[in-house]
Amino acid sequence: MRLRPLSLVLSLCSLLSVNALLPGSAWAQDAETEKAIERYRQMLKEDPWSNPGLLDADRGEALWKTPRGPKNVSLEQCDLGKGPGEVKGAFAELPRYFKDADRVMDVETRVLWCMEKLQGFNAADLIKRPHPGGGQPVKELGAIATYIAHESTGEKFAAKLDQPKEKEMVALGEDLFNRRSGPMDFACATCHAADGLRIRLQGLPHLSQPKEARKVVGEWPAYRASTTQVMTMQHRLYDCYWQMRMPELELGSDVSIALIAYLTKVAQGGEINAPGLKR
Amino acid sequence: MTQLTKRIIATAAIVLAASAVQAEQKTTVPPGKADAAIKAAFPNPPEQFVARLSQDETMKQCSASHNNPGAAVAAEIQKREQARIEYPADGQYLGDWKKGEALAQSGYGLRFTDYPPRSANGGNCYACHQLSKQEVSYGTLGPSLYQYGKLRDFAPEEAKKAYEKVYNSHAALPCSNMPRFGANKVLTIDQIKDAVALLMSPDSPVNKD
Repeated sequence: MRLRPLSLVLSLCSLLSVNALLPGSAWAQDAETEKAIERYRQMLKEDPWSNPGLLDADRGEALWKTPRGPKNVSLEQCDLGKGPGEVKGAFAELPRYFKDADRVMDVETRVLWCMEKLQGFNAADLIKRPHPGGGQPVKELGAIATYIAHESTGEKFAAKLDQPKEKEMVALGEDLFNRRSGPMDFACATCHAADGLRIRLQGLPHLSQPKEARKVVGEWPAYRASTTQVMTMQHRLYDCYWQMRMPELELGSDVSIALIAYLTKVAQGGEINAPGLKR
Repeated sequence: MTQLTKRIIATAAIVLAASAVQAEQKTTVPPGKADAAIKAAFPNPPEQFVARLSQDETMKQCSASHNNPGAAVAAEIQKREQARIEYPADGQYLGDWKKGEALAQSGYGLRFTDYPPRSANGGNCYACHQLSKQEVSYGTLGPSLYQYGKLRDFAPEEAKKAYEKVYNSHAALPCSNMPRFGANKVLTIDQIKDAVALLMSPDSPVNKD
């Protein structure tokens, strides 16, 4: 685990019980921590402006609207699927097939496309080091994705995923979810295909079943208290593959899009609550 | 036949036909597509990672069956993986449980941030198993191994079985979720002996109350 000192500790510790210090009570403490985070989430719902991830959503909104790149234009003509410039509710219908790119895309891959095609950025540069190190803020592309996702908060996942290419992506995603690889023989399914399991003390969501997928998939991008940064879904998958002892997953690769399409399909009908809060 | 029965049969026939159509329409992934997607998604991997983009036969069979292979495939996997087990040259299965405890705690090794290696690989046993009572931060992906040796009367043949399970779990349970620590060179033979000592030594905290 790559945990950083919690900058959220100050805001969280008043919510935590002191039994954390008693030997033998780590499990109980973990349940307490989870309860405290749940209460923190509740507080965020009541006062949404206390979510640190919203600073990045705001930053993303400014980046979306500011003329940038070699062509010095904003992203306001970027078509996220509901027409150029339509941001509200667009995330709830992603991933989807885009005719102009002849490809199924998730939110980050679509932003990458628009940054390249509209603003003239070099896509190869943008995917070179696409994710921040621990403690660093989410990069520009991720901040923009956070803004777009936040603009669908409260809506339900409603990606149709019924076009032939979309169906192929979902099927590929399911295949990859179960694909064992690397020196540890790990697949996504190793940790995420059963109810009620933990790795160390961390609960593992059962992602191949709608019940838990609906609860957690819509929380990404999420603010992670342990690394004090917003982590996007592409970054989350990159981190899973790191743990699986695989090389660095390329942002916008079909593997990343297929897994997101599959997870979104399983989570269909679940509420979007992004940026969520994770430990 | 009553009118109602006829209607029930007719409805059942329609439902069956509809589900047959649905089953037909389930999109399947053409062979090789996932392999090609994986190769494209991890471009220019470092040398040590190139082989990881491909699956061996056991991985393929376990992935395809969602780790639930039929009897014939299970037997094939078991035979193949059993043959890959290398045994300690000295015939001793118990190493040093203290070293075993250390490697059970460590998840270090083989990740792309672990190169060049700064220490020996860990087995990360506690990520999935309960072992000693003192360590309360343990996962539940695998069964509890608390009092493993004691429950087996510290029998020497059980030490050998434990060695085989750690070296190559599929030899005991085809399509086990557990890594093949020895066969995949995650742990050395000596390290596996240390892990076995953690499980089987009467002095090990695993076997204390």
